[in-house]
Amino acid sequence: MKLLVLLAILLLIIAAHQLLRIIELSRGLKKTKEWHIDNADNDMHGKGMLIFMICFFVFFFWQVNQYIDRSLPPSGAEHGYKIDALWDANMYLCIVIFLICNFFLFGFAYKYRGNTANKATFFPHSNKLEMIWTIIPAIALAFIIIFGLKYWNEIMDEAHDPNKVTIELYAKQFAWTARYTGKDGKLGNTDYRQIAGANDLGIDSMDASGNDDVLAHNEFHLPVNREVEIFMRSRDVIHSAFMPHFRAQMNCVPGMITTFKFKPIFTTAEMRKIPYVINLMAGINKQRAKFGKEPVEFDYLLLCNKICGRNHYNMQMNIIIDTEKDYNQWLAKQKAFKTIASK
Amino acid sequence: MGTKHTATLEHEHALHHEHAHDHDDHHETFVSKYIFSHDHKMISRQFLITAVVMAVVAMTMSIIFRLQLAWPGEKFAFINAVLGDKWGKDGILDPNMYLALVTIHGTIMVFMVLTAGLSGTFANLLIPYQVGARDMASGFLNMLSYWFFFVSSCIMLGSCFIDDGPASAGWTVYPPLSALPESIPGSKLGMTMWLVSMAIFIISSLLAGLNYIITVINLRTKGMSMTRLPLTVWAFLVTAILGVLSFPVLFSCALLLIFDRSMGTSFYLSDIYIGGRPLDNAGGSPVLFEHLFWFLGHPEVYIVLLPALGITSEVIATMARKPIFGYRAMIGSILAIGFLSFIVWGHHMFMTGMNPFLGSVFVFTTLLIAIPSAVKAFNYITTLWKGNIQYSPAMMFSIGLVSSFITGGVTGIILADSALDIHVHDTYFVVAHFHIVMGLSAIFGMFAGVYHWFPKMFLRMMNKKLGYLHFWITFISAYGVFFPMHFIGLAGVPRRYYTNSEFPMFDNLVDINELDTIFAIIGALGQVVFLFNFFYSIFRGEKAPQNPWNSNSLEWTTPMANIHGNWPGKLPVVHRWAYDYSKPGHEQDFVPQTVPLAEGEHDGGEH
Repeated sequence: MKLLVLLAILLLIIAAHQLLRIIELSRGLKKTKEWHIDNADNDMHGKGMLIFMICFFVFFFWQVNQYIDRSLPPSGAEHGYKIDALWDANMYLCIVIFLICNFFLFGFAYKYRGNTANKATFFPHSNKLEMIWTIIPAIALAFIIIFGLKYWNEIMDEAHDPNKVTIELYAKQFAWTARYTGKDGKLGNTDYRQIAGANDLGIDSMDASGNDDVLAHNEFHLPVNREVEIFMRSRDVIHSAFMPHFRAQMNCVPGMITTFKFKPIFTTAEMRKIPYVINLMAGINKQRAKFGKEPVEFDYLLLCNKICGRNHYNMQMNIIIDTEKDYNQWLAKQKAFKTIASK
Repeated sequence: MGTKHTATLEHEHALHHEHAHDHDDHHETFVSKYIFSHDHKMISRQFLITAVVMAVVAMTMSIIFRLQLAWPGEKFAFINAVLGDKWGKDGILDPNMYLALVTIHGTIMVFMVLTAGLSGTFANLLIPYQVGARDMASGFLNMLSYWFFFVSSCIMLGSCFIDDGPASAGWTVYPPLSALPESIPGSKLGMTMWLVSMAIFIISSLLAGLNYIITVINLRTKGMSMTRLPLTVWAFLVTAILGVLSFPVLFSCALLLIFDRSMGTSFYLSDIYIGGRPLDNAGGSPVLFEHLFWFLGHPEVYIVLLPALGITSEVIATMARKPIFGYRAMIGSILAIGFLSFIVWGHHMFMTGMNPFLGSVFVFTTLLIAIPSAVKAFNYITTLWKGNIQYSPAMMFSIGLVSSFITGGVTGIILADSALDIHVHDTYFVVAHFHIVMGLSAIFGMFAGVYHWFPKMFLRMMNKKLGYLHFWITFISAYGVFFPMHFIGLAGVPRRYYTNSEFPMFDNLVDINELDTIFAIIGALGQVVFLFNFFYSIFRGEKAPQNPWNSNSLEWTTPMANIHGNWPGKLPVVHRWAYDYSKPGHEQDFVPQTVPLAEGEHDGGEH
């Protein structure tokens, strides 16, 4: 079979070669100036540039129209609204620049398509113009920098809420574990040399504050409207804790403890009732039906967002945002680390 | 001093040249002419053809993983035919091989094609020609540079044929994934070969870069002041300086990784438990690697981009029959971009655990770089204004470059903003951004260069109609692949996922992924048109005239014979800048640099 394919390709090459010989001979190869660009070429491709621009812009708006509803739903975390507002402002600015610049580029490419009757204007420089388009971007960028840094500093600041929830996200190839402080409000120390058996996270047996820590696999719960302070660790390679619905992300780096904080503002149940989410999930379930998969409901997710090996594409954990009451109930049902380890 | 030095060299060259004339035919063997050549024109062609081969390999890889992304789980005879039963069993791509393919695709494209292929080809071809030199300052080092590159490419390709597969930790090879063989099969022998290949590549790049810098500074012909240089040469010069200053840092970065991998050091490793046991390494930090890597990694973006911008500056001015608008501002922008590119690397690391305050500094410097970039884009557009645009395939690719530079550039403003980067860091939004602004722009610049200077390289013309066809297919499909990718990123899809089908939240993106892949396949098939045109025209294209594009710069004053020493007699003397197109008071719409200024005429570059 493979031999046949090879043979077919070989024959095709020979046929193409013969065809080319005929074309070459028929046009008297050495005398033509096929490469020479004439007015007809300029006209055709100048117009081509204009048509391309129109199609390009139509394609752009078509995509926005078709795809924008598939973007992530409104932020489930408080700080996410700052990010989204900043995003929108910057994005509108970018789209305007994108449209204007491409318009002039392709517009000029069309309007000044060459013709032997014309001559170009000798216009080597203009200090005024160059000044204008150095200063205007500089001013625009100053605003972008100021607002960007203001929000960045607020978002990356330490958690100050006295009522905060502290948890740890622990990454390994290819699973997540969440650890809660337990009754004492403190995460126990860890030592990677003590990882063994049920002590999957290497909780230090010398530190008593680790005994009441609570571990959660597969899914973890958080209370709504309380600041969550997350410490992140990794066991083996770099992972990244990506919680796109909260606009939250931070790498988990072996040998380091990294941190991120956010405040959930919608419970999972509330989020499922937001019109945007209903619409989004309808689209997803429609597509799933085509594949013969069962419909799903919206869930907050934790994904890995730094290449970490073979199953990087499937390193996930559900996040459930509960009301305070439900959260406490759930937490009370979880077993403390010591009871797990002693088994 | 400079002049004296130049004069001496000129004298030596002239002597050598006469000597060469007498014996040329007798002493030039096949090996010295085609293989271990010292001639910049031959080395340029060697770089180009090697890069074309590497580009085809990297492009094929991209088609394989695009197939997987659009139709995960489908069986493709193509995948099985290319990868065999080990990695493409029944035509389904292996997840480890997927990571290997994206890694090698990135490495080859960034380093072998767009660094060596672009700079190596066009800096080699154009620097001696356009500054009016007989050859590079050191032909021998230049030859070594190519052969180191060749060996490096061979090792990189060779790593695809070993048992454990090639490096697969992403082209950025962050440790510990790249340091620990237990973490992924690609971090066994494949990673060693990757590092060896890169170390050799860096040697090649340094030899080449030093040569370019010395040639531009010392071997300019009489009258060729720095402000009369074509912008291509300025771009190559700054590119070479960036390479010389930043590649050694990548070398040390790779060297420390080699130590960690094979000698038990702990530069990047600490507190790791893998393969069922804790490792002894303590005190290292992967963040150190990231700093060292991106200290090269970011200038690298401009090492890739600047030559493409230089090429387009030249092509746009020539084909619009107008001087490039704001020549000095263009030089200033190149210098500003070059300088700033060294102090922005941290914008790749906002989410790595680096101190957020340090992040703010990088936000500031990164957004500054938008200013010279914007100036360049506006100057290109103004150059077209009231031009008399001649649509050669090179000109079309140049306009394509300006478009992709704008389209990809604006999303850079978003990604540079650390607060927004939290949202899209490492998602497909980033993949779309850098493919458009860096990948497309650089490859369009490379195509523009090939179409424009093909007659200088191979003394024949490429077929125009096939060139047009190639441009439209490439341009349309390139945007078709990468524009919709932004929306995949907005839906939160992380990069380097073997499949998105494990997440219900991504199920509604299937049609966008299919659209991307279909355009990718069309685009790849479009390159067959180019490959055919390229190789066919080398041997059977129409014979080229001396100055097919009516261009001003010096390379078009050399005879169409690729002779040793470039000019048969004395070196040309330069009287004006390279951009006197459609200058009032001249009959023709171009005035070559060798034409003396008329009485009372101002040099365009100096008023």
